[in-house]
Amino acid sequence: MELSKEQIQDTIARRVAKELRNGDVATLGIGLPTKAVKYLPQDINIIIQSENGVLGVGCYQDENNRDCHITNAGGFGVTLNLGGCFLDSLMSFSMMRGGHIDITVLGALQVDAEGNLANWCIPGKYTPGMGGAMDLVVGTKKLIVAMEHTAKGAPKIMKKCTLPLTAVHRVNRIITEKAVFDVASDGLVLKEISPYSSIEDICASTAADFRIELPQ
Amino acid sequence: MVKFISAAEAVTFFQNGQTLMIGGFLNCGSPELVINELLKTDLKDFILIANDTGEANTNRGKLICAGKIKKAIVSHIGTNAETVRLYNAGKIEVDLQPQGSLAERVRAGGAGLGGILTPVGIGTKVAENKRIIEVGGKEYLLETPLHADIAVVYATYADRFGNLAFHGSTRNFNALMPPAADIVIAEAEYISDEPLNPDNIVVPGIYVDYLINGGANGTI
Repeated sequence: MELSKEQIQDTIARRVAKELRNGDVATLGIGLPTKAVKYLPQDINIIIQSENGVLGVGCYQDENNRDCHITNAGGFGVTLNLGGCFLDSLMSFSMMRGGHIDITVLGALQVDAEGNLANWCIPGKYTPGMGGAMDLVVGTKKLIVAMEHTAKGAPKIMKKCTLPLTAVHRVNRIITEKAVFDVASDGLVLKEISPYSSIEDICASTAADFRIELPQ
Repeated sequence: MVKFISAAEAVTFFQNGQTLMIGGFLNCGSPELVINELLKTDLKDFILIANDTGEANTNRGKLICAGKIKKAIVSHIGTNAETVRLYNAGKIEVDLQPQGSLAERVRAGGAGLGGILTPVGIGTKVAENKRIIEVGGKEYLLETPLHADIAVVYATYADRFGNLAFHGSTRNFNALMPPAADIVIAEAEYISDEPLNPDNIVVPGIYVDYLINGGANGTI
């Protein structure tokens, strides 16, 4: 079944939302990972940290609460939740590097069977820079990569990343519109198959080997 | 003691080839008045230390577009297409830094440290040509201090003693850069004749040399 871009993103965001536990301190990458928040159940409240110096990110601003001095890392105006606070860049990154973030969800250009992640550079083509991604993935307690399974048909889940790495051996779980993989010490483990995919489809679109451990 | 000056006067401190630290995260808490005055001059070949190179038509991004920056030491250039274009064409040197390591390098520069040890970047291109030091069986990269000739920072509030305070997420690199530069210029939105509440001061006035009345700042 062919999904639209929006359906793909919603499928991934819905699944990512299930990873978040009440009270988690979370950092969510710009774009897809941030979409997961709208699928959180009512009784799950998380504390979102934004690398530019916000702990307790609320929602996007509207005409009633406009304040150009409160933004998220994407530069968009956001509100601060009750109990939240602002940080300088030292405190913000000390929080990440020091292991005080429970869960991080980021996008990726590539991820591989050893838990390596590449998301900041395609040499000669696209080099936005790593921003805070390297610090973030080194320190977080749990790292989830949330991304489309392929890029224009080409696999993004590799035996070994070919692009410059963001971090080595840090990814715990990979969530795509087709599947959920865990990264184990002996390689990838297929844990879930999306209703929109199949074993054959996943095998054909994944460059890494994996073993299968689906729930009974 | 801090001196009150105009942005035009501030430009007289600048020389070709200097290293500049400029505060801000994209548009948030980004000083702009001194940058606008620099654009009117022939000054160039600056080394820029900042979180990012902004956008093409805002704050730090304008210096890039005007060809005034020969090297940028930043964590991110993706929001400024002109930086990316110049970089791909080999016309600007870009030294990309993990953002937290960049922040710590600025701190080390202002805090009298010989560097910092971080696990960030181990096993990546960031570790190339850097010393790896083992502590307690774990590998760390030695990241060296950064120092600037001039820092230009934003503050929301300042008093006549040069003390600075911040609203919202504007403190970012603005709070770190003042100790790490020889000359520190702060653009403040609200300058008070009365001292700021000492409990709320983020940057002590002894770090700030010059204050500019910054007026309204910031766009989303």
